[in-house]
Amino acid sequence: MFFNSLLTNFASLEVGQHLYWQIGNIRLHGQVFLTSWILLGALLVFISLGTKKMENDPKGLQNLLEFLWDYIRDLARTQIGEKVYRDWMPFIGTLFLFVFVSNWGGALIPWRLIKLPSGELGAPTADINTTIALALLVSLSYFYAGLSNKGWRYFEYYVHPTPIMLPFKILEDFTKPLSLSFRLFGNILADELVVGVLVFLVPLILPIPVMFLGLFTSAIQALIFATLAAYYIGEAVEEHH
Amino acid sequence: MLAFNFFGAAEGGLFDINATLPLMAIQIVALTYILNSLFFKPVGNVVEKREKFVSNNIIEAKNKLSEVEKLEADLLTQLQSARTEAQRIVSEAEDESDKLYKEALELANNEANASKEKARLEIESQTSAARDQLSKQADDLSELIVNRLILEK
Repeated sequence: MFFNSLLTNFASLEVGQHLYWQIGNIRLHGQVFLTSWILLGALLVFISLGTKKMENDPKGLQNLLEFLWDYIRDLARTQIGEKVYRDWMPFIGTLFLFVFVSNWGGALIPWRLIKLPSGELGAPTADINTTIALALLVSLSYFYAGLSNKGWRYFEYYVHPTPIMLPFKILEDFTKPLSLSFRLFGNILADELVVGVLVFLVPLILPIPVMFLGLFTSAIQALIFATLAAYYIGEAVEEHH
Repeated sequence: MLAFNFFGAAEGGLFDINATLPLMAIQIVALTYILNSLFFKPVGNVVEKREKFVSNNIIEAKNKLSEVEKLEADLLTQLQSARTEAQRIVSEAEDESDKLYKEALELANNEANASKEKARLEIESQTSAARDQLSKQADDLSELIVNRLILEK
């Protein structure tokens, strides 16, 4: 039956299979760390090459890095505000770069060619652990930003503009990381699955537009994640009058 | 079977949350510090130094421009006053030369008139002298003629 064969096809995509590393009592998803190390290593090499010889008249790689820096600064400045964006720019920039490099690395590099004993390599952001880690870091940082900037007055935010908002604002503290992590996870995993299924069913030409769409989605997701993180931090440090 | 695979169970699954999460969080925090010292700080220093340099240059250029405009206005007023001064001097000189010309003309006229008068007087005196002489010569001649006529007789 066709439906049954589709199911087995899905199964051959190895959804939800992991390469387990056992260290003492803890278990890790090895494929996530392997790809993230490769991609972050490439990112760090790229950045150290670009910043090796900084000049006042930028050339080549330095130009690109300065453009990137400017882009991240604009993002942080518009969302967080002129006053404290400087403190948070590295964090926002790291989120953006990490998500962007993970998404694009997962989409562009033919990881499938490398066979693992279990599971398969792919975008680190297609693993729920990674996205929850990112989202929780964002939650921690906006709490820290609010408390360190305004002290206990941070909690005025919960009853602003009226105390009726209190339950919703508390609920938001849970929905923010949830939506952040699931949005990123869902988009990247769905992209990988769609491309995987299409490549499996029609190996020629047809998957290419979907792959381009995937690249577009990946870039947009990185931007959305960084922008929302900056927005949450900006919301926490904003002064109410 | 599909559902079983997806929402995984004992081993694996899409929502299998384990120690990967905290380790990934630590890795990202470490990455933040590494990128801060490797990327954000050095690039920021260079970019902000350049932005400062450019804005300083713009301010300096604006100052210089306003200075130039002030000097230009200054020069313009100086030029204006020099022009009126020159005009004044020219008209003064014209007046002076006019006066001198008139004086010289008058002087020359007077002199000419005087010499004309003198010449007229001289001519008159010479004319009368000549006339006297002529009349005297005529007298002499007539006398001579008379004498000769008388003598011949």
